[in-house]
Amino acid sequence: MVQQDRSGKDTLLDARGLTKRFGDILANDRVDLIINKGEIHALLGENGAGKSTLVKMFYGSLEPDAGEIHWDGAKVNIGNPAAARELGIGMVFQHFSLFEALNVVENIALALPNPGNMTDLANRIETVSRDYGLPLNPTDIVADLPVGIRQRIEIVRCLLQEPRLIIMDEPTSVLTPQEADQLFLTLQRLAQEGCAVLYISHRLEEVQRICHHATILRHGQVVRECDPTKETPASLASMMVGADVASVSASEQKPEIGEIRLGLKNLSAKAATPFATALNNISMDLRAGEVVAVAGVAGNGQGELFDAISGEMRVSPEMVQIDGIPSGTRNITWRRRQGAAFVPEERLGHGAVPGMKLSQNIVLTRHSTGDKLVGAGFVSDAQAGLMEQRIKQTFDVRMSHDDPEARSLSGGNLQKFVVGRELDRKPGVLVVNQPTWGVDAGAAALIRQALIDLARSGSAVLVISQDLDEIFEIADRIAVISRGYLSVAEPAADMTRERVGLLMAGGAETQGEVA
Amino acid sequence: MFEAVLLTVITAATPLLIAAIGELVVERSGVLNLGVEGMMIMGAVIGFAIANQTGSGTLGVVAAIVAGMAMSALFGFLVLVLVTNQVATGLALTILGIGLSGMIGEAYIGVPGLDLPQLYIPGLSEIPFIGPVFFQQDAIVYMSFALVAIVAYGLFRTRVGLVLRAVGDNHGSAHALGYSVIKIRFAAVLFGGACAGLAGAYMSLAYTPQWVENMTAGRGWIALALVVFSSWLPLRVVVGAYLFGAVSVLNLHAQAVELDIPSQLLSSLPYLATILVLVLISANRRLTLVNTPACLGKPFVPDR
Repeated sequence: MVQQDRSGKDTLLDARGLTKRFGDILANDRVDLIINKGEIHALLGENGAGKSTLVKMFYGSLEPDAGEIHWDGAKVNIGNPAAARELGIGMVFQHFSLFEALNVVENIALALPNPGNMTDLANRIETVSRDYGLPLNPTDIVADLPVGIRQRIEIVRCLLQEPRLIIMDEPTSVLTPQEADQLFLTLQRLAQEGCAVLYISHRLEEVQRICHHATILRHGQVVRECDPTKETPASLASMMVGADVASVSASEQKPEIGEIRLGLKNLSAKAATPFATALNNISMDLRAGEVVAVAGVAGNGQGELFDAISGEMRVSPEMVQIDGIPSGTRNITWRRRQGAAFVPEERLGHGAVPGMKLSQNIVLTRHSTGDKLVGAGFVSDAQAGLMEQRIKQTFDVRMSHDDPEARSLSGGNLQKFVVGRELDRKPGVLVVNQPTWGVDAGAAALIRQALIDLARSGSAVLVISQDLDEIFEIADRIAVISRGYLSVAEPAADMTRERVGLLMAGGAETQGEVA
Repeated sequence: MFEAVLLTVITAATPLLIAAIGELVVERSGVLNLGVEGMMIMGAVIGFAIANQTGSGTLGVVAAIVAGMAMSALFGFLVLVLVTNQVATGLALTILGIGLSGMIGEAYIGVPGLDLPQLYIPGLSEIPFIGPVFFQQDAIVYMSFALVAIVAYGLFRTRVGLVLRAVGDNHGSAHALGYSVIKIRFAAVLFGGACAGLAGAYMSLAYTPQWVENMTAGRGWIALALVVFSSWLPLRVVVGAYLFGAVSVLNLHAQAVELDIPSQLLSSLPYLATILVLVLISANRRLTLVNTPACLGKPFVPDR
């Protein structure tokens, strides 16, 4: 790794005292940041530390309340994204900024000031994308493309703007390990060519692997700068959180495997919409005492699998069995009464009603599971309040005042609440989709430990996740979902990232077809 | 006879075509304006009034366009700037337009109207059959042809059209790339208003050159249905508009030849056809979902 000169002669972007306030919250508080030419610079911090706010100011989609940005030694005012692109600042967004109904060329043309003739642009896209090892077909409609390819479009779009700084917000969260490796090669090549990269990621291993310098934000302030190659993931994590992060471990306590609690038998379902995925002949047994994880790239049928198990989508009776009882046609409440509990992926709007208080949200999933929440048709506010207090304390849900509306909680806190609400019941079967999506390291460790503890107490836990670190941390067995096919769940000890990656890239499909 | 029927089909289809092509542009930008009927009827009454006062059909048409745009500007301000509910605001706009037009038009009931002159395109109008049908029409019919061509080309072959479609597909991304979602949508809404106003002028100055209260008689709603029918593709709007024009004309001709069908049933044919076509279209979910502007009817608030 090249030692970076931070003396100032290679400085590309120099931000001084950037401050941004949203209402009562100081999202960025006098942030100083220097990015050198040809440097891959990591920006680290927990959720809500102010990373997104900071990069949005660099990209011109937010205006700083105070502070200056110097670009190439001169003070600049980046009023809008077009001005940022003019300077040579490109951005690859976390939630893609692509237009699904448009094709690849049209999507790229929208981000270029002078796209020129569409045919010429299509040719340029083909050449540049092949050159960087990210091949694209210019006439494909985005809606038909998998997420990995969509990210390529974003990156190629950036490259065509001939950027001098590329900002990447969580780029690998949607990629298979192999796709991520390809991305790292591209980034390293860009850095060698003199382009700077500002890299935001929660995955500390990859930051350590490819970044030359790291700036760490906490509560909107820069708390540390360091050379990530000289740190460990654990030391980086503790800098972000400001305290040591408890490590989660599944392997220390050997699971005692018992009865089958959740059985999936040849579960198949047609795609409900053109953008949905069909489920193909999925079979799996979940036993008491174990955590089984379903890995896979987003959009490969995870949502549909969850819906079929939870009862949001009805299937044939034998396809889903809870404690041996055919349940495929039963509704969610029936399944909850059988001892199952479900935590969907989208916490705000699906897992919780944004405009309702936490205690009311508790009633929504727990009303008929024997918690005395409803008597003679009336809801007991007192009982709901007690449960709210209990979940709040057990799962460390932080709130500004007592029993707030769900929407006023930060993402991580709300996640602790929706997971905690179901764990509080000690369900016999728990199905969780993306248990720690967008949750900071401390809260994630808490949730993961709780999932393992539940399984060890005799329940079966199914975790659907896109985060491989998480999966390897908590799972006893791992299956991979790809295009609606599920691979056989194998013991985590026998699985490697490479093998999971191959299954994600279609291996699960071939296996499913044979089975 | 057949020539005469075709001529009446064109006159019946033209207001539908113009209003629908305008609404198509509005919806492509992601805004649902249910006030087409209200903007159209305002165009009809203002167009008639100004033509009557000044004696100039051209001024009447211009005034109708301005009236439609004024109504749509009110709508645009409410839904885009104040972020009110689009469905409720559109319905209110229709109710407002019908009421207001009745009040303005009271003095003009029974007043003989001004018929727009037919423009004969030299040469082309002398072609047998095609000439009389397509090239001996009034200026608004020619404008409807031009509008379709401009919108079809503009939407799919120009940068303006690309940006418009992008805004309708994903306003968040368009904003992130630096496009002004609200300005683009406002422009589209104004264009829709102008088209609805023009369609209204056609009703009171060419279709039936007089003012009758509530004379658009639900054509604005049919235009809205046509946009869905066309799955947001301009050339299909032409097919739809002429199909509906033909169905409504059929009603008149069937009465003339004294078919033994109740006239009420015949008058309801265009509306029955609307419902039938909407059912058929929604049966093909893939077609509808893929072409529907994904942000249609969703409010947008920039996070600045």
